[in-house]
Amino acid sequence: MESFWTSPAGWTLLTVGQILAVLIWILLSLAFLLLADRKIWAGVQLRKGPNVVGPFGTLQSFADFFKFVLKEIVIPAGADKTVFILAPLVSFTLAFAAWAVMPLAPGWTVANINVGVLYLFAISSLGVYGIIMGGWASNSKYPFLGSLRSAAQMVSYEVSIGFVIVTVILLTGTLNLSQIVAHQAGGFWHWNVLGGGGLAGLPMALVMIPMSVIFFISALAETNRPPFDLPEAESELVAGYQVEYSSTPYLLFMIGEYANIVLMCGLISVLFFGGWQAPFPTPFLAHWAPTAASFFGFFWFFSKIIFFFFMFAMVKAIVPRYRYDQLMRLGWKIFLPTSLVAVVLVAAWRVFGPGAGA
Amino acid sequence: MTPVHLAALAAPQLLLAGASLVLLVVGAFRPKAIRLVAGLGVLSLLAAVGVVAIEPLGRAFGGDLVADQGAAFAEAVIYLASAAAILLGQPWFARRGQARFEFPILILIAALGMGMMCRAADLISLFVAIELQSLSLYILAAFEKSDGKSAEAGLKYFVLGALSTGIMLYGVSLIYGFAGGTSFARIAAAVAHGASGGVLFGLVFLICGLAFKVSAAPFHMWTPDVYEGAPTPVVGFFAGAPKLAAMVLLARVLTESFGPALAQWRQILVVMAILSVAVGALAGLRQSNLKRLWAYSSIASIGYALIGLAAGGPEGVQAMLVYMTLYVVDVTGFFACLAALAREGRPLESFADVSGLVRQRPGLAVAMTVFALSGLGLPPFSGLWGKFYVFKAAISAGLAPAAVAALIGSVVAAYYYLRLVKVMWLDAPEGQIDAPPAEAAGLAYAAAFFVFPVVLIALMALDPAARAAALALVQG
Amino acid sequence: MPLQAIAFYVLAAVTVFAAVAVVFARNPVHSVLFLITTFFSAAGLFVLMGAEFLAMMLVVVYVGAVAVLFLFVVMMLDVDFASLRQGFARYLPLGALVAAVLTVEMVIVAADVAHLGAAASSTGPATPSAVMTNVEAIGAVLYTDYVYVFQAAGLVLLVAMIGAIVLTLKHRPGVKRQSVAAQMARTPKAGVRMVTINSGEGVDA
Repeated sequence: MESFWTSPAGWTLLTVGQILAVLIWILLSLAFLLLADRKIWAGVQLRKGPNVVGPFGTLQSFADFFKFVLKEIVIPAGADKTVFILAPLVSFTLAFAAWAVMPLAPGWTVANINVGVLYLFAISSLGVYGIIMGGWASNSKYPFLGSLRSAAQMVSYEVSIGFVIVTVILLTGTLNLSQIVAHQAGGFWHWNVLGGGGLAGLPMALVMIPMSVIFFISALAETNRPPFDLPEAESELVAGYQVEYSSTPYLLFMIGEYANIVLMCGLISVLFFGGWQAPFPTPFLAHWAPTAASFFGFFWFFSKIIFFFFMFAMVKAIVPRYRYDQLMRLGWKIFLPTSLVAVVLVAAWRVFGPGAGA
Repeated sequence: MTPVHLAALAAPQLLLAGASLVLLVVGAFRPKAIRLVAGLGVLSLLAAVGVVAIEPLGRAFGGDLVADQGAAFAEAVIYLASAAAILLGQPWFARRGQARFEFPILILIAALGMGMMCRAADLISLFVAIELQSLSLYILAAFEKSDGKSAEAGLKYFVLGALSTGIMLYGVSLIYGFAGGTSFARIAAAVAHGASGGVLFGLVFLICGLAFKVSAAPFHMWTPDVYEGAPTPVVGFFAGAPKLAAMVLLARVLTESFGPALAQWRQILVVMAILSVAVGALAGLRQSNLKRLWAYSSIASIGYALIGLAAGGPEGVQAMLVYMTLYVVDVTGFFACLAALAREGRPLESFADVSGLVRQRPGLAVAMTVFALSGLGLPPFSGLWGKFYVFKAAISAGLAPAAVAALIGSVVAAYYYLRLVKVMWLDAPEGQIDAPPAEAAGLAYAAAFFVFPVVLIALMALDPAARAAALALVQG
Repeated sequence: MPLQAIAFYVLAAVTVFAAVAVVFARNPVHSVLFLITTFFSAAGLFVLMGAEFLAMMLVVVYVGAVAVLFLFVVMMLDVDFASLRQGFARYLPLGALVAAVLTVEMVIVAADVAHLGAAASSTGPATPSAVMTNVEAIGAVLYTDYVYVFQAAGLVLLVAMIGAIVLTLKHRPGVKRQSVAAQMARTPKAGVRMVTINSGEGVDA
């Protein structure tokens, strides 16, 4: 059997199996996270939210899914057909492709590559194409305006995201996401958000806590979530790049968007909050069966994702939408200089600090 | 090599880079302090000249950076010309309400790029240095925002410059592929046993790219349009210093890395040189705009410098260096005259504009006459001495036919130089000419004074300096 | 490994096809999209060669940033290809001549390569090393052997930035700007006035 799994055919089967497992897990959790999003939003506004389909509305997402899939696909007459259909597919595919490098638990990664962080960054920077293609191919004013806004916005915020990621890379000294998580073992005071160097690294918390905040806010902008949902600002652009989309293509856009949000939640927990590490030292794991230890790690990772998703949902419910110039000002005049200074500080800490040369 | 040693080798570059960054911050926070920024820019360029004179010699970064007499000689001239450009340009823009603190900074960075070109003995630093100076020059060409012609000049320069960069980069990649390295020493080792076809094609592309930067025919088509549209002091700047830098770079590439392939590149240079002289002389005949005219004049001048370079050896390179140095003074002075002349705020740019100039501004008219006659190569002006060096080198290298062809070109070009003199001295004046600004007139007089008679004394120092520089360039 | 061979041929075919399509696509936006495809599959080829860092950088920089701006401009410009093609026949002979010269040269160069073989360059392509990752290998030379040109390249980018600002920034008079600091410094004392309104009198009557 050993030889079969290492042969090309076996390797392919194994990888496809892993990919499917991750895919199905994400899709299933998305169904409930989407519902949670609506419920939280409703709760803040003292409404009940979806409550008809299934107990407490738990099956609402599935009902929506079938509604979207069964409807007719409408393509506007003036649209560029190929690009119009391609756009949601690109969005959808990229949102899931990014999950390939995410370390879900100890040893649970579809592709444990050395430049994992860069891969994620690259894929998320591609996400803009789905939107810009969709907006252009619709051949209509509002979608086009929405897609232009989105392109400028995502390119702007990628810059500060990039610098924030650099601070984490400097702290951990690796681009491999699994190693970044492994580096944060030993309790919450080892997490990157608190300096990543145990008690000796605590001074860096002064830099890393603001960095995690910047990353969180930039992630909101990168995923076009409120308060930065200007590409689809319904009061100005109807629904931005999504105006002309209906049924399955629209569904693909929406799933892609939510998959990206969950991805960003996962990325925040991996980069700053220890990924699958428990917030306390776990020497007892050495006596556990490997599978049990993996599930233990997975539990923590998933809890962290849910926590950050809750934060995303609360921001959407509470914060009013930014104006476009304010958005640009925040990105270029505040986040960019701040994160640049942080890169210098972290680099100096690594060279001159107590852990120098490590 | 210690960091201190490395820093000492790159001292002028570090000085200029540091100065431009500091001035950028000063300008960003105090946009009104333009005169301060310009003054500090001039000071740092002068300081760079001083540093060049005293810094240690050596090589670093595997040939990315070479500090030798050849680089030092050219750099001193380039930095002085750049300082003159700031002195000339800042008040010029200020008079037209276009003064911005970025002008001196862009000149500084361009000068930095040219200095790096003089010091490059590696294809990578060659490319980066050329890009650094070209990019600054593109922006400077389009600097006068209110003028559509300036924008056109900038765009044309940029598009054609980008094309030439592409060609050059293709050549560089071929050379790298076939020589197996980017440093000139490595290339020389690969070429030593006969150059392969691939390397030679790379060399041809590289020469084409550099020929564009020095505006040698047949890569000169951008020159007249850009000179006509770009602001006058900027034209004075990029007719001089960048060409000297590119010629020094060309000399270093050809002699240090392609020395054994002399026979191959000599033909290319000779053809380009004769074409340049011919184009400069013939196309110049039909020009009525002085800036266009001087564009053709500069194309012809580059032809002479190329003949010097084609002669090869220390003597040829020395001739090229002397010629280019005298040419830089000449062209800077001429454009200083043009920058000084205006009628009711409108600059004088055509033959008709300067008719009878001698009756209103005799000083400037004499200066322009001196520059025209020097360009023509009449004794006792500096142009003659430059040509003398070039022809001497050409004849001793067996390039007499090329020298004769160039001489015929000079005779044809004499028509337009003499026509300018005639218009200024004999025709009737037309309207009142504004009082010339002190700095432009001062620069023009100083340059004219250099062209004759100071040059006679200066040559005594210039000759051995250029000789040492040429030896350093040739022997690598 | 056959998987790598399959991946190589698929990626190479896509690269070549997309590159050809960039030139021949009628719609400029399609051209840019094909250009992006070319970059992307070229990045895949880099990965196959073991240069994963370069691959990721290609995607991040070219696909993620440069091409987006490219697409942005092309979409906004609405290029009219019919008018661009007008002078086509006139310049065809010259263009064909240049193309012919370049083709001949490429053939000669290719023949040279075939003749000299791999010996033409004594240093073969760098192979991925087991002890050093891509990133470490590049980092080890970037700030030591190449620090001079690396910093100079940084200056080139700085010049581009200065140029963009110099050529486009216009300070129009009379533009109202938001001063965030002033807004934040504003207190209820400065902004609110408490008045007691008597019936039938109104405020500031």
